[in-house]
Amino acid sequence: MIRGRVWKFGNDIDTDVIIPAKYLRSVDQSVWPKHVLEGVDPEFSSKVKPGDIIVAGKNFGCGSSREQAALAIKWAGVAAVVAETFARIFFRNAINNGLPLIEAKGISGMVEEGDVIEIDLDSGLVKTPRGEVKSAPLPPFLQDILRSGGLVEYYKAHVKRDQK
Amino acid sequence: MASTAVEKIISDKVGKSVTAGEFVECPVDFAYCHDGTGVLVIDALKRMGVDRIKDPDSFSIVFDHSVPPYSDQAATLQARVRRFAREQGLKKFHDMGEGICHQVVPEKGYVAPGMVVFGADSHTCTLGSFGLFSTGVGATDLAFILATGKTWMKVPETLRVECNGVLSEAVSSKDLVLEITRIIGTDGATYKALEFAGEAVREMSQSSRMTMSNMAVEMGAKTGFIEADEKTVAFLGRDGKRFSSDPGAIRERIEVDAGSLEPCVACPGSVANVKPLREVEGVHVDQAFLGSCTNGRYEDLYEAARILRGRKVHEDTRMIVVPASKAVHMKAQRDGLLDIFLEAGAMVGVTGCGPCLGVHMGVIGENEVAVSTSNRNFVGRMGARSSSVYLASPQTVAASAVEGKLTDPRRFLR
Repeated sequence: MIRGRVWKFGNDIDTDVIIPAKYLRSVDQSVWPKHVLEGVDPEFSSKVKPGDIIVAGKNFGCGSSREQAALAIKWAGVAAVVAETFARIFFRNAINNGLPLIEAKGISGMVEEGDVIEIDLDSGLVKTPRGEVKSAPLPPFLQDILRSGGLVEYYKAHVKRDQK
Repeated sequence: MASTAVEKIISDKVGKSVTAGEFVECPVDFAYCHDGTGVLVIDALKRMGVDRIKDPDSFSIVFDHSVPPYSDQAATLQARVRRFAREQGLKKFHDMGEGICHQVVPEKGYVAPGMVVFGADSHTCTLGSFGLFSTGVGATDLAFILATGKTWMKVPETLRVECNGVLSEAVSSKDLVLEITRIIGTDGATYKALEFAGEAVREMSQSSRMTMSNMAVEMGAKTGFIEADEKTVAFLGRDGKRFSSDPGAIRERIEVDAGSLEPCVACPGSVANVKPLREVEGVHVDQAFLGSCTNGRYEDLYEAARILRGRKVHEDTRMIVVPASKAVHMKAQRDGLLDIFLEAGAMVGVTGCGPCLGVHMGVIGENEVAVSTSNRNFVGRMGARSSSVYLASPQTVAASAVEGKLTDPRRFLR
């Protein structure tokens, strides 16, 4: 169960606004969370607290395949992202890096910024102060990757072991 | 049972008949990444404990994003990727100066119709124009592919776009794909394969087809499939397994009248915010960019040069031309196109992604406006948050550079 305070965003939040390209070529990876979502709200990284949840509209994470978008959100301490829909590359990148996400149709209309919501990844249930949204849970093998902490850890625990 | 071309390609690869919606573990024929994503690919491989990748001959790295490096950190990271390429004995490693990965990989004939191709860049969908299945993924996904030779995916449904009629003069495949993006929207094809078909697509060049497929991801699609033909084979210098969709397999279809299409632009903020050019003509332009994986090929430079020949770039506008590959650059040089650009007052840059992603070679300032042949006009994409980008065809970019404002290229071709 993930429980946290909501930061709300609109539709089509692209990876360029999640982490502008000018920060990507950095030897020091800790700069990424410092600029997370800067393209939408330059103050966001100083406001977000560990355990908070991002709620967004449709097509969250569209655009570039830059994995730094998922990493910046995760390393900023965001516990999960709930959106109406996700762009597919971002969706894979989030799972691959152990950032929980859930597609919940109608979620935008049910939460306000600052609400506290609860997410159950196993059942796909999201509880808000204004009611519940039921969505399809992730397929079991994606939940396995997420539970492993990401694709690298999944590979080490499953694939690599099987090869030996 | 009737199947789509993409279903057939994936079925052929996994060795059993698959249909849209199924999750499959799919072998990958070819993979590639660039200097940007390469850094994270190497990181992931190291964390996975993979010393040798499975098939170095089916993997290419092309340096294109930070070319030449714009900072000491970019250069340091590239050195890391270069060292990795040497250690792995990659024969298909292309250091800076060769071109953009989506251009270089097909130019070198690394791929063929019927293949399954994954790239660590969102515009890998470009290669769907060669009658193959290609899609973009993140760096960790690519590392998994390099380690195992396969990946998981959901077999996509196909949305077929029937492009009727033939494009008129000064209207390009960029205008056509922008019009399609207007209709489909930024997420109307999410998780689907787009398939571009019809007379307009059959008649257009392979380069023009690449422009169409390049923009598939801007509609959320996994790939932009186009049936292979003799033009495809001529471009690649090789043939492969050709697949096409059975008529009964397509459950979703839209039609576009390409014959009556006029020049259009994607207005700032969203790639789907597409309007006929005549509605926004006259908007002042600070920078005109001709290049990128969308429109940096020889025919794009040629069409722009037709307009710029004997004319000057407006004094209030700067124009930047970046060929998509060294091969394009050399041919443009041989044929005198570069002279036309330089005499007109444009700058010609080193082959690569150029200013498309807003980090070097033409970053735009506060409140500045660019007209660009690239594929994204998100907030701050090419520079300051307050700047804005209009996406357009090479012809429109050239005409707008001459006038210093958004201009219909047909004015110059009468």
